[in-house]
Amino acid sequence: TICSYHYLSKVSRVVVASRNYADFASEATFDIKKCDLHRLEEGPPVTAVLTREEGLHYYRTMQTIRRMELKSDQLYKQKIIRGFCHLYDGQEACCVGLEAAINPTDHLITAYRAHGYAYTRGTAVREILAELTGRKGGCAKGKGGSMHMYAHNFYGGNGIVGAQVPLGAGIALACKYFGKDEICLTLYGDGAANQGQIFETYNMAALWKLPCIFICENNRYGMGTSVERAAASTDYYKRGDYIPGIRVDGMDILCVREATKFAAEHCRSGKGPMLMELQTYRYHGHSMSDPGISYRTREEIQEVRSKSDPITLLKDRMVNNSLSSVEELKEIDVEVRKEIEEAAQFATTDPEPPLEELGNHIYKNEPPFEVRGPSQWIKYKSVG
Amino acid sequence: MAAAAGALRRLVRCGPQQGLGRRLQLRSGIHGSAPAAVQVTVRDALNQALDEELERDERVFLLGEEVAQYDGAYKISRGLWKKYGDKRIIDTPISEMGFTGIAVGAAMAGLRPICEFMTFNFSMQAIDQVINSAGKTLYMSAGMVPVPVVFRGPNGASAGVGAQHSQCFAAWYGHCPGLKVVSPWSSEDAKGLLKASVRDDNPVVMLENELMYGVPFEMSEEVQSKDFLVPIGKAKIERQGTHVTLVSHSRSVGHCLEAAAVLVKEGVECEVINLRTIRPMDVESIEASVVKTNHLITVEGGWPQFGVGAEICARIMEGPAFNYLDAPAVRLTGADVPMPYAKILEENCLPQVKDIIFAVKKVLNI
Repeated sequence: TICSYHYLSKVSRVVVASRNYADFASEATFDIKKCDLHRLEEGPPVTAVLTREEGLHYYRTMQTIRRMELKSDQLYKQKIIRGFCHLYDGQEACCVGLEAAINPTDHLITAYRAHGYAYTRGTAVREILAELTGRKGGCAKGKGGSMHMYAHNFYGGNGIVGAQVPLGAGIALACKYFGKDEICLTLYGDGAANQGQIFETYNMAALWKLPCIFICENNRYGMGTSVERAAASTDYYKRGDYIPGIRVDGMDILCVREATKFAAEHCRSGKGPMLMELQTYRYHGHSMSDPGISYRTREEIQEVRSKSDPITLLKDRMVNNSLSSVEELKEIDVEVRKEIEEAAQFATTDPEPPLEELGNHIYKNEPPFEVRGPSQWIKYKSVG
Repeated sequence: MAAAAGALRRLVRCGPQQGLGRRLQLRSGIHGSAPAAVQVTVRDALNQALDEELERDERVFLLGEEVAQYDGAYKISRGLWKKYGDKRIIDTPISEMGFTGIAVGAAMAGLRPICEFMTFNFSMQAIDQVINSAGKTLYMSAGMVPVPVVFRGPNGASAGVGAQHSQCFAAWYGHCPGLKVVSPWSSEDAKGLLKASVRDDNPVVMLENELMYGVPFEMSEEVQSKDFLVPIGKAKIERQGTHVTLVSHSRSVGHCLEAAAVLVKEGVECEVINLRTIRPMDVESIEASVVKTNHLITVEGGWPQFGVGAEICARIMEGPAFNYLDAPAVRLTGADVPMPYAKILEENCLPQVKDIIFAVKKVLNI
């Protein structure tokens, strides 16, 4: 059968559809790691069904994010991207798994390691890269940069550690207020988990039964400080105290998906908030100005890459269970690389935003007015 | 002032008041169809504004400490929880950073929250949410994410509440692009500005004054209307004059008018400008006045350094009015110390009527 795959792939590349039914399984069931539970009798299921379509979609999405982040690394080293750049490679299973479990009508907010979420929430790669390079074709017209990308039902992209958590609960309050059965996923990191405002938010979310899933992406390090050195309790899924919590293998996209479905159902049923800790890992340092090896060993990074890479895990599962083939996934890799190259080309050639627009977007729905520049003789027009 | 005192006497005689929008009828002395002005305290004006805007738009809601079942720490929201219930009037725990962020997030998601700070001193705990989350998001998102939230509460000095409860935040919030900052003095200001702020699609910081809450003002029929708004960004000339321009905001406006009443007996006509809005500031009105009077004095309760008066002086220097000044512009401000408690000390830490009169005479060289 392996020989016939090769033959078919050379002869009829176009006819992929008919290959599905003939050569691949339509779905497979996988055992997934059981989640640690806090204040819960039952947790998410320990098996997950993955269809071929889902698998291909998750693979492509994760690979796109991976290559997009690596391209950003390249552009940053060429000084075409400036300022802060916090990369997400290694954590792809989190953003793709979360999105797979919710609806586009649900809401999501995160901190500054947000490029992956900007993508899964609907922003095109070229708009993300052009925002990083500060061009007018960027998703925020070059006004925001790496930490301030927004999309429909995606509220950034927030630069102040922890500040996005009360915002997320406020979005959840709006969901409840409007009564449209929507929820808000409110993300923060292991570093932010020690912020006081998060505990204030836990209290109000629980008190008012807000449909909010608090999600701690624990990648083991808050900048250069390991979790052991920052937190008296590193059981982040328990830190909501009276809020039920689950600890999830954040490198396994199916684990993330099933846990999120479980938590979403809890919130939608009006039971109030839930807390999810996703155990994950970032390959890059905290940001592009952090090599990421002064507080952790190269061996540790290499070990995660070889044993727990989320894309490799999915690929192995799919190939070993006839959901896809090495060749088919390689084709996707080639397509993804091409897409990223084209997006990077756009991001490096698109013009910067025009100076005349410097003053825009100070106020919404306001008649045009003047904004002061660096001196009293320099004025910019401001339209909302 | 005499009319106000008379109204106060009538208030006492009429016995206990009940319900929302308590009013006193002033006999106009003209029979028939003359419009009836009423005396309304700043507190009641704010209460009416809240009630009207809650009724008008379902997306509007109020949150803060003690706003619901306690009827408001200063009774501004009296009766509203009873009328609108838990969904629209929300008592929060003592968690400023948390509930302010919640208010901002709710605004981002399409609601129109009014976030009350028991005093603006407590807003310092939440100031990151006001400035970084509310003020800057429209700009950072290139217009994609508006934040229609109102932050309101008492600002500045009260009476004997000590240093940590007496700071004026006009300069701090007025510093930041992306925010609007308003500062009412009269009941008309309070009602019209609160309504305008709620209807504005931008984050508005409304700096009220606790000592003004109980002060009654006449409100014309036009002002009583449910559609009456005070435009944000426009100052009001409370008193026309020719010799000197007094620019002020909030409680100090009253002191300026008192000083003007004394000075008129000596033949000095003061023009008193009530800023109403700190940001965007109506510099044009100040300039037009200075061109007329040739003399400028700013009066505020906040500290002198980097304050509202400092900004006005700088802007006047940059504009056409500079050439019309016959003397340097003068600032009257709070004393440059944390607010002390003892009455004699506290009184002398804020610009009093006598200080304004003294400054006018200095500036006019009389």
